Amino acid sequence: MAILADKNTKLLIQGITGREGMFHTEQMIEYGTNVVGGVTPGKGGEWVLGKPVFDTVKAAKESTGANASIIYVPAAFATDALFEAIDAEIELIVCIAEGLPIADMMKVRARLDHSDSRLVGPNCPGLLTPGQAKVGIMPGHIAAPGNIGVVSRSGTLTYEVVYALTQRGMGQTTCVGIGGDPINGTNFIDALAMFEDDPDTEKVVMIGEIGGTDEEKAAQFIATHMSKPVVSFIAGRTAPPGKTMGHAGAIVEGGSGTAADKIAALNDAGVKVADHPEQIPDML
Amino acid sequence: MNLHEYQSKFRFAEFGVPIPRGKVAHSPQEAYEIAKELGTPVVVKAQVLIGGRGKAGGVKLAKTPEEAQRHADNILGMDIRGHRVLKVLIDPASDIKTEIYLGVTNDRAARQPLIMASAEGGMDIEEVNRVSPEKIIREHIDPFLGLRDYQIRNLAYGIELPRELWKQFMKIARSLYTCYVESDATLVEINPLIIDGDRNLLAVDGKMSIDNNALYRHPDLAELRDTSAEPTAETQARAAGLSYVKLDGEIGCMVNGAGLAMTTMDITKLFGGSPANFLDIGGGAKADKVAAALRIILADPNVKAVLFNIFGGITRCDEVALGIIEALDEVKSDLPMVVRLVGTNEEEGRRIIDEANISNMQSAATLAEAAQKAVKAAQSA
Repeated sequence: MAILADKNTKLLIQGITGREGMFHTEQMIEYGTNVVGGVTPGKGGEWVLGKPVFDTVKAAKESTGANASIIYVPAAFATDALFEAIDAEIELIVCIAEGLPIADMMKVRARLDHSDSRLVGPNCPGLLTPGQAKVGIMPGHIAAPGNIGVVSRSGTLTYEVVYALTQRGMGQTTCVGIGGDPINGTNFIDALAMFEDDPDTEKVVMIGEIGGTDEEKAAQFIATHMSKPVVSFIAGRTAPPGKTMGHAGAIVEGGSGTAADKIAALNDAGVKVADHPEQIPDML
Repeated sequence: MNLHEYQSKFRFAEFGVPIPRGKVAHSPQEAYEIAKELGTPVVVKAQVLIGGRGKAGGVKLAKTPEEAQRHADNILGMDIRGHRVLKVLIDPASDIKTEIYLGVTNDRAARQPLIMASAEGGMDIEEVNRVSPEKIIREHIDPFLGLRDYQIRNLAYGIELPRELWKQFMKIARSLYTCYVESDATLVEINPLIIDGDRNLLAVDGKMSIDNNALYRHPDLAELRDTSAEPTAETQARAAGLSYVKLDGEIGCMVNGAGLAMTTMDITKLFGGSPANFLDIGGGAKADKVAAALRIILADPNVKAVLFNIFGGITRCDEVALGIIEALDEVKSDLPMVVRLVGTNEEEGRRIIDEANISNMQSAATLAEAAQKAVKAAQSA
């Protein structure tokens, strides 16, 4: 068992013929992910890496029976790709693309709330269920199958933690990068609830960062709804207030959203918070 | 991206919000001429991208053109919390009877736009929010439906606006929301929106922030960016597509990913060092971008050691390694450097670094080891 994706996931690649799309499709196939095809408008009928290319998501779904899609197209086209995937009733949509305007994401959110699709991202590394499916850009070799669930707002920081766990022989059920944008699809609480329900996940690692109040809300959820132990790390203790640190979401707004506030909320909820990511294995 | 008061108000006016018919002056002489043209009294207002200019003496009333000239002379060049004043806005002084707050922003928790109004404008709206949040009337906006007239009536009713002013208020709220949507703004704010002696509503001060991610579809707004307030390195970094924030420490950090970059700063501090900067080279960075990043780090005279922490996903370690070598060919540096490359194409990346045989460069396997080596190197430098 795992969450979100496993060996039965039939994955489409939106943007399969692009440079990044093709590079990562190859890595996903090598990892053993069941990639069933790709979508690039205007290139339907071609084949890439042994997979059929379609002009539309709808046509691709009809031909392949895909239940998941991953979006590698540039930001300017990603909003349309998201609406297209939602409209085609794809169950799981993962958006790697970064730089989506907030106004677009508010509309995507409104549409998602009236659909049965689940979105992970945007601006995220995707997810990895070790040994079964890689739906995203996380390097496969840093992970191993096991019983720890990992959820993170960051990209590369997620790899850091997963790598540290694997080095110590602690495998993972699924590693989920939910992305650092202020408005996203799946949030911490969604992922924590899925890990709580997943029989194979025994412990959970949650990686947060400054900005917003999602970590505080997650702390509340952990205190009231979770029986499994959670260990956390929050990035940005040394970030100067009021500066945007690259992520649209990582903005310290006045007194809220600081690392200190988040760590305090997590400690109050009984969550152990590591001083640096490589300490996490010892705390589990 | 934040806009100046004058840029915000002029933009509001394009969408139909009434504003004072003021003009921007770059010199005391220009201020004199504008004041003469507009007729006195006028207000001379420093244009800086930071709050608290009133308290700093950056806003002054002038009864004559000569007085406007004197005020402009004092205000131009003034330093307001680290921001140098290069422009002043000369506005006709308004006859202020009542001050209202009106703003639209993105509510990230509700994932919707939010329009807010308060009868207690003019003072710090955050203070009103803290002390008596019920005095701020809020309406969430469905992004597909847009702002509806009944919602504006809810605001007008909530702030007890005299009914004869509702028509004006509705037009201003509609215009402001349209401006917010059409500009991909994350904030549009009129504070204060005044009622003057002739019972007219007027936007006397305005603020506006634009979503950086949406600037690609607003080239006209992108041109309004004022880079005079930020360090040159940050301007250079933006041009190179990098995310850079200068800090006061001595360990230059080059990292891929914002979360990992912050973590690298945090761990440097944890082991007794201090980071010189936040620098995220972004996803999929190529050699030229890495080279630009290294030039920016090395241009900071405080830097005593450089720490590269690259965890490859979409970024390939071999590309980063090539960038480091390329940059060092061009910008010679004997500063100690610690390189950690993990993830996509890491073997290839390490081979490139090893073969270059750079004497002042050492490698590290873990984040903790990399940070400790960098701190040690900076201390002994």
